[in-house]
This record gives sequence, structure tokens and C-alpha cells, in this order.
Amino acid sequence: MAKSALLKSSIAKKYWMALTGLFLCLFLVGHLIGNLQLLYGGENPSLRFNEYALFMTTNPAIKILSYLTYFSILFHAVDGIVLAYQNQKARPVKYAKNRPETNTVWASRNMAVLGTLILVFIVTHMVNFWSRMHFDKNMPLQTVEINAGGMKQLFYLTTDGGYLPKAQVDQGMVVIKDRKYFYDAQANVKIKEGYMDLYKITVEFFKHPRYGLIASILYVIAMAVLGFHLYHGFGSAFQSLGINNPRYNMLIKNFGIAFSIVVPLLFAIIPLYIHFFLKA
Amino acid sequence: MNLKLKIWRQKNAREAGKMVDYNISNVSPDMSFLEMLDVLNEELNNKGEDPVAFDHDCREGICGMCSLFINGEAHGPDRGVTTCQLHMRKFKDGDTIYIEPFRAKAFPVIKDLVVDRSSFDRIQQAGGFISVNTSGNTIDANAIPIKKHDADRSFDAATCIGCGACVASCKNASAMLFVSAKVSQFALLPQGKVEAHERVLNMVKKMDEEGFGNCTNTGACEVECPKGISLENIARMNREYLFASVKS
Repeated sequence: MAKSALLKSSIAKKYWMALTGLFLCLFLVGHLIGNLQLLYGGENPSLRFNEYALFMTTNPAIKILSYLTYFSILFHAVDGIVLAYQNQKARPVKYAKNRPETNTVWASRNMAVLGTLILVFIVTHMVNFWSRMHFDKNMPLQTVEINAGGMKQLFYLTTDGGYLPKAQVDQGMVVIKDRKYFYDAQANVKIKEGYMDLYKITVEFFKHPRYGLIASILYVIAMAVLGFHLYHGFGSAFQSLGINNPRYNMLIKNFGIAFSIVVPLLFAIIPLYIHFFLKA
Repeated sequence: MNLKLKIWRQKNAREAGKMVDYNISNVSPDMSFLEMLDVLNEELNNKGEDPVAFDHDCREGICGMCSLFINGEAHGPDRGVTTCQLHMRKFKDGDTIYIEPFRAKAFPVIKDLVVDRSSFDRIQQAGGFISVNTSGNTIDANAIPIKKHDADRSFDAATCIGCGACVASCKNASAMLFVSAKVSQFALLPQGKVEAHERVLNMVKKMDEEGFGNCTNTGACEVECPKGISLENIARMNREYLFASVKS
């Protein structure tokens, strides 16, 4: 009994919805802190961001967290679809006149629609950035232009803090393997590792002469959708887990509202900053 | 007052129903909503037409029998009242009023505005009770001291009249507020703690089997509940259910 009670019952579905949802809230905070480096990168924002991207794709602890995140997104979505389907079936004949606005807030009634939009956003977002970072054969490596003996020369930045002249690669003395490793062409030994230039990808994406503006606007809209989803979801998760105490309810509610405004807002500022203010 | 009524008419559980228009005049603002329907039915009877079937019993807001989804809200636009306590002064002369049955898969229509709410009874039978020896040596309930705080919460939950407004108002037709009230009422008292685990597991299982939807915490039930049953009860049931399913 207990097994099915913790997996299949109506209440259990809500526990999982709440737990995965709250975990994804934590993910949002982590992701936001990472993204904010695009705004405040210090002396060399691109290197800082690419170092961060390297850390996020290679650190084993982050790996575990990222798999947990993929799982949470999938589970949250599938569970949400099952809930929406069952709830639809629970009232086969609809009301001729219904005034739900008199007893509920808009966001709470539209979680499935909002969630679906967020899922669409996540997929496109992963195609635009995540998949390029993970699979793109032509993922650029970070280069820097240095004045050497009166001549401007391009160098690859390497993870050991050094530089590798791009000319060596162009002339075939050094080859790039596995998208980011520099190999000595003759000896066929790995000599250095480059930084995949996620910073460049991101800036070019939002500064694209034709699609940059629309991409930025769609991003902002997606964050507004996320805000509404969080507006109901955050507090709702606590209720689902049985946390409802008059002493803390206002705290949870107000924190949830603040969270649902601040987090999407900070996310949305980044593409707008890149598109309108960042000097390429 | 003169009113235009749009009422759901359905011959029986098997046949499809539809909204039918009626005009009613000389409605007193002091009438209750059910009395207004009584007047309509008297007119229909006099004309030899089939009167509108609707549920009612005590007509003082404590039996939970009267239902009706009036102008898009369970028990009408007023708060904290059942339909029998809703007065016609809440409406304006010339208003159009939609009158529909409580809609849910678990509340099938029997005729017109009458729905079968025996799914609630079956949930109650699954665990909404305490087992006590009634063979002549029953212990007085007040013999066990109970914290006032708990007694008050329990009594608040026990005021649920099982009308089904929570299900009718919920966009998911979920019965969580009803079931949580029945679970809480016992879970808070020492007499109810003995069977607490089985109770919550069995009642929730029955609730799911009856085809009610899942709770998504919209809070419509709490707003529309004529007895002001709080969402706190749902959270309590969620807690009870979690502990019960981990332990059993």
C-alpha cells in the first residue's frame, strides 16, 4: 500500500510536483548567479564567463546536480501533464457560466499552460546554448588579439593561462580535436586545452543583426511566463508538502512573490543589457 | 423583481441535458433562492410542465443538501452561505441568472439540478469514523483532556456539511477540502489518533477511485465553502498522508 501511496495517489503526485518544483527553484538561483557574470564580469568578462562554463560542464558535483535538474524538469513536466489530463477528465461536462476569477488568481488556474510555455522555452534555450556547448562540432574557442611586434595577432587562450598562436592551427602545425584540445600535429600529443567561447555565442545570439531583438523580446516574455508560474508554484509547493502554519504563511507567501518577481526580472535584464548596451 | 433564468434541464442520468430559459416575475428580494425556485415550480406545475428538480432539506444552512452553481459560483455570489441562505436581494431586477448542477464526474446528474453525491458517503465509509465500543460502557468523550487549540481546530473542521461546493468550485473537481476536513476532525483528537494512518490512506484511496481531480492549490474551495473550511486542513491531510504512507 505504502508504495503505491507514495507514487500514484493524487497526494503523492503533488509531493513530487512540489519537491521537483522547489529543486528547480534552487536551480534557477544557481543558473541566475552564473548568468549574472555576463553583466558583471570584472576585467575580462568573456574569460570569466568561459571559465565558469568550463567548470559547469566538467565538475563532477555539478554533473550530478545537472542530471538531477534534467530529471526534475522531465518529472515535473510529465507529472504536470498527467495531473492536467486527470483533472480535465474529472469534470466531463463544463459549466455554461463559470466565474473562477471570483475565487482564484489567474496564475493558479493556468499552471499547465504556463508550464508548457516554459517547457517550450527550455527546449529552445537548450538548443541555442546548452546543445552547442555540449555537441556543436563548430563550437568556437576563445581567442584574443595581441599586439606582437607591431603586428596584430590572434591567440587562443588556453586553460593553463597561456596563449597559442592561431597561426599554428591555420598552418596545420597544431590540430584541434574533441572540439577543444590542441594536439601537436606531428607527435599527435595533446598539448593544451582551449576555452569554448560560450560568451561569444551568447553575445552574438542576442546581438544578432536580424534576430537579436526578437530573441531578446522572446526571452523577456518567457521570463514573464516563468514569473507567473512561480507566483503560484512557490507557495503552492509548501502547501502540498503540508507546510501551512499561520506563523509562517505570510513569510512563505511574501518570499514566494518576491522570488517570482526578482528572479525572472534579473534573468530578463541580461539579454536586454547585451542587446542594447554591451559594446561588442 | 423580474428575472430571466437559464436552468439546466436533464430528464435523467442517461439523457443529455441543456440550458432552458424561464422568465419569472414578482420575485420578492426577501425570498431565499430556493423559495424563488419554489415559486417557479408552482408556475410550472400550474401550466402542467415538469417542475425543476433541485436538492434541499433543512433550509437553514446546516444539512448540506442544497447545491446549485449560480451565475458561475457554488451557492451563488454570497460568501459563507448555502443556497437556502442566499437571498434574492443579492440580485438586481432584470438580471439573468444561470442555474446549473454541481459539475463533477464523481457527482453525476440524477435529474435537472439534482446530483448524486454518494461518492462523499463512500469516502466517509472508507475511514471517516472512529471505532468505539458502544455496548453500554461507552467512555464519555470529555473524560480525556484535550488542548483548546486542538479542540477548536477539530471543531472547525467538523463544521463541514459535505455539500460539495468545494468540488463544484474547484477547476479540477477535487474533493481535497472535504476529505481533509473529515480527516482533520479526527486527526486532531486523541480518539481519532488510534486509526489515523489507516483513515487517511483509505479515504484518499477512495477519493481517487471515485474520480475526483487532483488538488492544485488554487484555493477556490476555501473561498466558496459555506462553512469557511480552511486550506490548513488540506496541508494537514498532506502531512498525515505522508507520515502514514512512510510508516505503514
